[in-house]
Amino acid sequence: MTTVRMTVNGRDYEGEVTPRTSLVHYLREQLRLTGTHVGCDTAKCGACTVLLDGQSVKSCNVLAVQADGRDVTTVEGLTGPFGGRHRVQEGFHQEHGLQCGFCTPGMVMAAVSLLAEQPEPTDAEIREALQGNLCRCTGYEMIVRSVRWAADQDDRPVRDEGTR
Amino acid sequence: MSLVGARVLRTEDPRLLVGRGTFVDDLDPPHGAFASFVSGSHPHARVVSIDTAAAVRSPGVVGVWTAADLPDLPDLPGLPGMSRTVLAADVVRFVGEPVAVVVADDRAAAADAVALVEVRYEPLPAVATLAAATAADAPVLFPASPTGNVITDAPAESDVAAELEACAHRASLRIVNQRCAPVPIEPTACVADWGPDGLVLWATTQAPHHLRNTLATWLDVPQTRCRVIAPDVGGGFGAKINFYPELFAAPLLSRMTGRPVKFAQTRAEAMTQMYHGRDQVHEVEVGFDDDGAIRALRLDVTQNLGAYPDNTGLGLPVLTTWMAAGCYRIPAVATSYRTVVTNTTPVAAYRGAGRPEATYTIERVADLVARRTGIDPAEVRRRNFIPASAFPFTTHNAPVVYDSGDFHLALAECLRLLDYDARRAEQGQRRRDDRAPLLGIGLSSWLELAGFGPNGSLEGFGHLASWESAQIRIQPDGSVIVFSGSSPHGQGHETVLAQIAADELGVSADRISVRMGDTSTVLQGIGTMGSRGVVTAGSAVKVASARVVSQAKVIAAHLLEAAPEDMVAADDAFGVRGAPDREVGWAEVARASFQPLSLPPGVAPGSLEERFFQESPNFSYPSGAYGCVVSVDRDTGAVTIEAMVLVDDCGTVVNPLLAEGQVHGGAAQGIAQALFEEVRYDGDGHPLTGTLHDYVMPSTNDLPDFTAGRTVTLSPNNPLGAKGIGESGAVGAPAAVVNAVVDALAPFGVEHLDMPLTPERVWRAMRGAS
Repeated sequence: MTTVRMTVNGRDYEGEVTPRTSLVHYLREQLRLTGTHVGCDTAKCGACTVLLDGQSVKSCNVLAVQADGRDVTTVEGLTGPFGGRHRVQEGFHQEHGLQCGFCTPGMVMAAVSLLAEQPEPTDAEIREALQGNLCRCTGYEMIVRSVRWAADQDDRPVRDEGTR
Repeated sequence: MSLVGARVLRTEDPRLLVGRGTFVDDLDPPHGAFASFVSGSHPHARVVSIDTAAAVRSPGVVGVWTAADLPDLPDLPGLPGMSRTVLAADVVRFVGEPVAVVVADDRAAAADAVALVEVRYEPLPAVATLAAATAADAPVLFPASPTGNVITDAPAESDVAAELEACAHRASLRIVNQRCAPVPIEPTACVADWGPDGLVLWATTQAPHHLRNTLATWLDVPQTRCRVIAPDVGGGFGAKINFYPELFAAPLLSRMTGRPVKFAQTRAEAMTQMYHGRDQVHEVEVGFDDDGAIRALRLDVTQNLGAYPDNTGLGLPVLTTWMAAGCYRIPAVATSYRTVVTNTTPVAAYRGAGRPEATYTIERVADLVARRTGIDPAEVRRRNFIPASAFPFTTHNAPVVYDSGDFHLALAECLRLLDYDARRAEQGQRRRDDRAPLLGIGLSSWLELAGFGPNGSLEGFGHLASWESAQIRIQPDGSVIVFSGSSPHGQGHETVLAQIAADELGVSADRISVRMGDTSTVLQGIGTMGSRGVVTAGSAVKVASARVVSQAKVIAAHLLEAAPEDMVAADDAFGVRGAPDREVGWAEVARASFQPLSLPPGVAPGSLEERFFQESPNFSYPSGAYGCVVSVDRDTGAVTIEAMVLVDDCGTVVNPLLAEGQVHGGAAQGIAQALFEEVRYDGDGHPLTGTLHDYVMPSTNDLPDFTAGRTVTLSPNNPLGAKGIGESGAVGAPAAVVNAVVDALAPFGVEHLDMPLTPERVWRAMRGAS
């Protein structure tokens, strides 16, 4: 067993993991942050997307030991002015960007990452940024509209938005 | 203000958006263990021996079981002599079939131990294709089958040879509707907890009561001690109706170990274990006149069932033959089908289940008639449509009666949204310029059978009945619980059923909670499948709500000293017609309904509760017209969708936002079948598409923006006038896309290409022709 220390959603954690424990299983099974999902085990579907030091990663494809000493944000760590929700989460609500909701946390985290890098993406850039995240329910157009909705909130006060 | 028809945002969303949903694999009961299955690695083999000794000694292992350790268990539902056992006993018939199971303290320990189980197989000759399975000397999968690998065989009742002969022209096609994998992003999972009070099974299922009924019988326990819960379910698309052995093994393992046992399928397991869809071969012949009028049609369907005949799989080609003529009035139609077992994953329902196959073929035929006669494909359709005045319309198969529709109107709207004439003009220009990508325009005037269903229809697939239930319960503060037997997996029932109840009851939607997916709280239920949610469950909620409000008016009238027939329920209160100043709140009426001293004579306390089972006199028949514009790269064969128009007629729309989402999602799966997806096996039955890297699901860059349109003809067969929307996109889209690509390739003389239209397939078609 190996000791790992990381900051998750603003809180410091220390845990014992095997060298092969993936980050997503550490988050889900030890920290019990079950908002991050596993859909394919092969870094294809993106349901497990989280932010690692602010960059989106597929947490089924990152070992927990690789996250040692780093900062992790999961969907549970997003905050914002929309009843506590981040504008990306609110965008998915407003534009019906989710149906079953299983891919949604990963989609949301990938979109948060996009908007941090590119605050005013075109629709094509949104599609490009999310192509590593699969959704079987929506056909994607309403997801693109959701991210567009979030991007269009730039002029509104979002000072209490962030990640925990 | 009516909520039915309003763009209401979903009440499901908040928990799902913040990671507070409850999916099965999120559950972690105390002292839980994890089950992992040893899956057969041969398409067809005798199991010679299973050595579990090393696995049993592996750290963290609680136990290892094979079929020999689980004697005297009944088979899972299926045909006699051809049904599955919970673990394969002597013979495995497809790659992925479980032969042993490990229970360990956690999933990693279970996976380690699975790798230590040594199974010795004696390979048997395998049949991976319909051709191999029906060859004269084919190895037979089931000795008990009196007809070999052909399980059912329904020859045509009528012979239209003379009618075909009499036509000015005839044409035929052999059409492969390839095997697809449903791929909900959440694979199969369950947690079984068999304690002193009985079994609780949390499962990824579209039909919890259906599973409960069968499981209780199989386990020989009363249904009262067998509780099935479907919490948030991450997509289904038909694949979560089936009785997977893992769902039956977990309760046994929990009982034997005295611990809660979880199973959570990996994607690699899901690709071979979740049942697939489609996989039909059609031989179709059409007779038509110079003017494009279709006079006769003959369709022969061969259905690949996979390794075990599933009740739904057996029914798929029946639905296909029912819908063979689509939107068209064809004087002579003959259909036949047969079903065949092969050494592949079983085939059952996948979004549309038998109807996409029918639509695809008849819409390919319509384009073939257009090509051969030189008449525009839109005009060929118009000349053959069943007119709006002809409903109800009795089809070639007399029990199938189309309820309503206006195919001319939908096509006209589709052509308008496509800007059809301008697209045709552009197509001509591009054809004259060999540097420009080819342009193709495809139409699909589709019609499906939905709203499952009339009494007797789902029984044929093994369900208890075909109604759907609703129960409306008023709390003492006037808030409302709606119980529904329909259990969702992304469709938005919580929102939609609350909208329907709110309108009937005059109660604000935010004071209505919808409960589903738990056999201990929901009276009885059938499930979510076959585009039946709004049609059956929605109608049940409407009727039960109407009965509650009728009873509540008696109480309100008593409190107001008015006549019940003068009561109006709206805005969380009861008013008196013609007396705007007299009003009593829903909360007061609700409270009074539990207080005998406040009730009028003859009204018992607790009377504001109603249940209703919605039966249907007929299916519903959603229809529409889809149009697709593609460009085809002359050098690479790559297909790009430039426009996709989706005009739907689903009757009454309860929530246009959610209806649009359903259409988009269905169309995405239809486009996926047309262009990308195919479950493939090698010649011996080894799967070649075992991960999402090999099985190409479309991503954001692979799908277009959609242009949605709508026409409305109401269904006369349910109180809402709804027809269902869940499967429409998957039914209508494949033909539109393929017709567009084949249209683009017309200069090469291409009349048909089988799906998926990969760049290689398109490129070869262009190259082969030149």
